[in-house]
Amino acid sequence: MKYLCLIYSDENVLHKSPDSPRDGECYDYFQSVQQSGRMLAAEPLEPVATATTVRVRGGKLSITDGPFAETKEQLAGFYLIEARDLNEALQIAGGIPSARVGSVEVRPVRQLQLEG
Amino acid sequence: MDQQQEPIERALERLYREESRRVLATLIRLLGDFDLAEEALHEAFRAALEQWPEQGVPANPRAWLVSAGRFKAIDQLRRGKRFLALDEVEEPVCGEAQNLDQYGEHLEDDRLRLIFTCCHPALAPDAQVALTLREVCDLTTEEIASAFLATPPTIAQRIVRAKNKIRDARIPYEVPGRRELPERLEAVLRVVYLVFNEGYFASSGESLTRQHLCAEAIRLGRLLLELLPEAEVRGLLALMLLQESRRAARSDAEGRPVLLEEQDRGLWDRALIAEGQQQIEAAFASGEIGPYCLQAAISALHAEAADIEATDWAQIVGLYDVLLGAAPSPVIELNRAVALAMRDGAEAGLRQVEAILGRGELADYHLAHAARADLNRRLGRWDEARAAYRRALQLSQQGMDRQFLERRLAELPGA
Repeated sequence: MKYLCLIYSDENVLHKSPDSPRDGECYDYFQSVQQSGRMLAAEPLEPVATATTVRVRGGKLSITDGPFAETKEQLAGFYLIEARDLNEALQIAGGIPSARVGSVEVRPVRQLQLEG
Repeated sequence: MDQQQEPIERALERLYREESRRVLATLIRLLGDFDLAEEALHEAFRAALEQWPEQGVPANPRAWLVSAGRFKAIDQLRRGKRFLALDEVEEPVCGEAQNLDQYGEHLEDDRLRLIFTCCHPALAPDAQVALTLREVCDLTTEEIASAFLATPPTIAQRIVRAKNKIRDARIPYEVPGRRELPERLEAVLRVVYLVFNEGYFASSGESLTRQHLCAEAIRLGRLLLELLPEAEVRGLLALMLLQESRRAARSDAEGRPVLLEEQDRGLWDRALIAEGQQQIEAAFASGEIGPYCLQAAISALHAEAADIEATDWAQIVGLYDVLLGAAPSPVIELNRAVALAMRDGAEAGLRQVEAILGRGELADYHLAHAARADLNRRLGRWDEARAAYRRALQLSQQGMDRQFLERRLAELPGA
């Protein structure tokens, strides 16, 4: 099953806390998951100041500055992985270096139910 | 037992009581679905009721039931009544007797799997408790609801939501590996102890229901120890046995709580104490003790003492020190302060209680104020005692606790 691991953290401390991982450590972990054959994709994100939110209501496109929701912790990156089950996904998520300063939300990926 | 002598219906009733959770655990593994397994379990017992009177009770009834349940479920899937990919079910359907014993080897593992799945940390804590009581202990939704002062629909919803998450997020049906085991076992022990505490300290609810919960928690503890003989499992079982041993003495005829120092120790259950002590000794001998073993050891020192004066307070304070090192918590610090008051005098204990309250950590915890009140009372500082009893009363929800505090407050001189 595919799982999406969403990394949230307070942007103001993500790179400044004593526990903050360096990019090199993040890359090493990315590689280790890749070598285990479970990596589908992983990317770090630019800060939410660069975010833009798009909605379509009544056929009209509306574009607003900022993230979907202003929260204390922001989406900082993601891993899309292939894992046997939730336990394996949680093991991989627990190894993501940013989990030390932020939180990782693990969500199973839903299969589209296509007709016919 | 000679099965020829026992009427089939009675034999089935007994089998259901003794084996249905084992059979269910195996069916969940084989079918990969809680609801389907439960239906299959009932179908299996129905089939037994129909077939056994004619064919006789099979040599291995448990394996027969597993096989029949699995057959019925797969039959149902084939007829398309349920949507579940058939390839997720192990094939082929086991035909007859020659394959029956293959299930036997995994049965105990299956029960452990069921416990670890029900207590998975990815489930909400209250859902873990409800699911464990429902699936492992076979309590009805109504029984669980009455024990936790919730309505049956609330509990049912909690259980359904948990089962859906198990299926949709694919929480595996397995005993965790060595690396994850300590953490996951901690979650299981927490659920068992939560069930026990709900029965032992419940804020309200009928006393009979509560006693039932304690008995279930102890039963779970024994089962867990049988399946996974780790020191902390032993420690938790010992702790529950030792606390349970004081049940008859810890409240008076009106149900009001009686403090440890005032309990009639003749009412303590010596058999439970002996068993608890035995388990602690075995746990300490294994060398890998943790918080439950330490709490049990403290409880055992109380159990060994003839009265409050004869209690080995020095060793109790020492055990609290180790416990604080292993699992720091302000509540344990408070308990240590109370023990310290017994070892070094009320003044020394009060200083610690004031220090904890001064940090603001237990400012809203009624027992912290009750301890402050009691130590001031022992020191003859009536005004301070009175103020602290009043604060404790403001914070206490539980009727019997409140009565106790009010009685103490009224007994203070110079009111």
